[in-house]
Amino acid sequence: MIAALATLLVFQLLGEALVRTLGLPVPGPVLGLALLLPVLAWRPPVLAMVRPTAQTLLQHLSLLFVPAGVGVMLHLQRLGDEALAIGVALVLSTWIGLVVAALTMQALMRMTRRSEPDAASSEGRS
Amino acid sequence: MNAGLPLAEGAAGRLADVWVYLSATPLLGLTVTLLMYQGAFLLYRRSGFHPLANPVAFSVVGLGLLLWATGTPYATYFEGAQFVHFLLGPATVALAVPLLEQLPRLKRLWLPLLGALVAGTLAATISAIGIGWLLGASKATLASLAPKSVTTPVAMGIAEQIGGLPSLTAVLVVSTGILGAATARYLFDALRITDPAVRGFALGTAAHGIGTARAFQVSEEMGAFAGLAMGLSALFSALVLPAVAGLLLRWV
Repeated sequence: MIAALATLLVFQLLGEALVRTLGLPVPGPVLGLALLLPVLAWRPPVLAMVRPTAQTLLQHLSLLFVPAGVGVMLHLQRLGDEALAIGVALVLSTWIGLVVAALTMQALMRMTRRSEPDAASSEGRS
Repeated sequence: MNAGLPLAEGAAGRLADVWVYLSATPLLGLTVTLLMYQGAFLLYRRSGFHPLANPVAFSVVGLGLLLWATGTPYATYFEGAQFVHFLLGPATVALAVPLLEQLPRLKRLWLPLLGALVAGTLAATISAIGIGWLLGASKATLASLAPKSVTTPVAMGIAEQIGGLPSLTAVLVVSTGILGAATARYLFDALRITDPAVRGFALGTAAHGIGTARAFQVSEEMGAFAGLAMGLSALFSALVLPAVAGLLLRWV
């Protein structure tokens, strides 16, 4: 578990360092993810070592958002003043994002399935 | 710090001292965060993982009320809670694991996934800015709203770049995640979207980590697609959103 946590932190650190040095527009942890991916693909023992800790972290992913969410306290004034605009924009844009993503994926899956009939058998249950 | 509870005088005095000490250490903020989440999670489990009993929503409201009742400033609370917040970084890196495990399906579905990612992310961002602007939101609020479908650390970075308030963005990101996780099922059912891969990927695109956590609770497959969407959307948004949102904000 310690080795796995250290691995994740090392890649985050690498990501952060590269982002700062090269002035890249991506966040450090995202670059860390991209760097870790090929290592896991080519070194199965590393994958086996990291997997349990990664799964534990991801299982409790929603806990990690709680401290930022409590920050709502700092913005009650603004949220109150612009409640209608923020509330409506938040709700509608979330639903629009969900629906557009789902419908686009569904439509493109049907299109690609039609052009590759061999993929249809494994993909067909829904 | 209103420790004036109706207790025996001496005990109350000592209790007040203890409170003064504890409220200044990170221990308290960290402990109440974990306890509140654990409580909210038990409630969620007892409800049979009902989407409306979202544990993040209940924890945030519970902790907010607790801080308000004890007169604790957010900064004091965050000194403890930052240890939990910090784990968002390693958790983002850890997404490499489910991503790798879905790689074969990913290769086969790359076009639908890429299309859904780009369309979903842009639709959420542009509609958030557009609707907020129509309803008269200020520019700083619009810039804070724009990246709200992206996972917290990335969204905060984008908000800062385009003139938003990172801490307000964090709140909007969490609200979006809770809303998406709580309502996606009804939306998908109404539109007859049944494929768990599609449901998961859309949830991860529009509702990042909280949507992903929800998807993992429904099924491993849905969770993997949500995690994939969350990772890709963080990457795509970090690269593209500052330019798109910056351009839109220049017009309004």
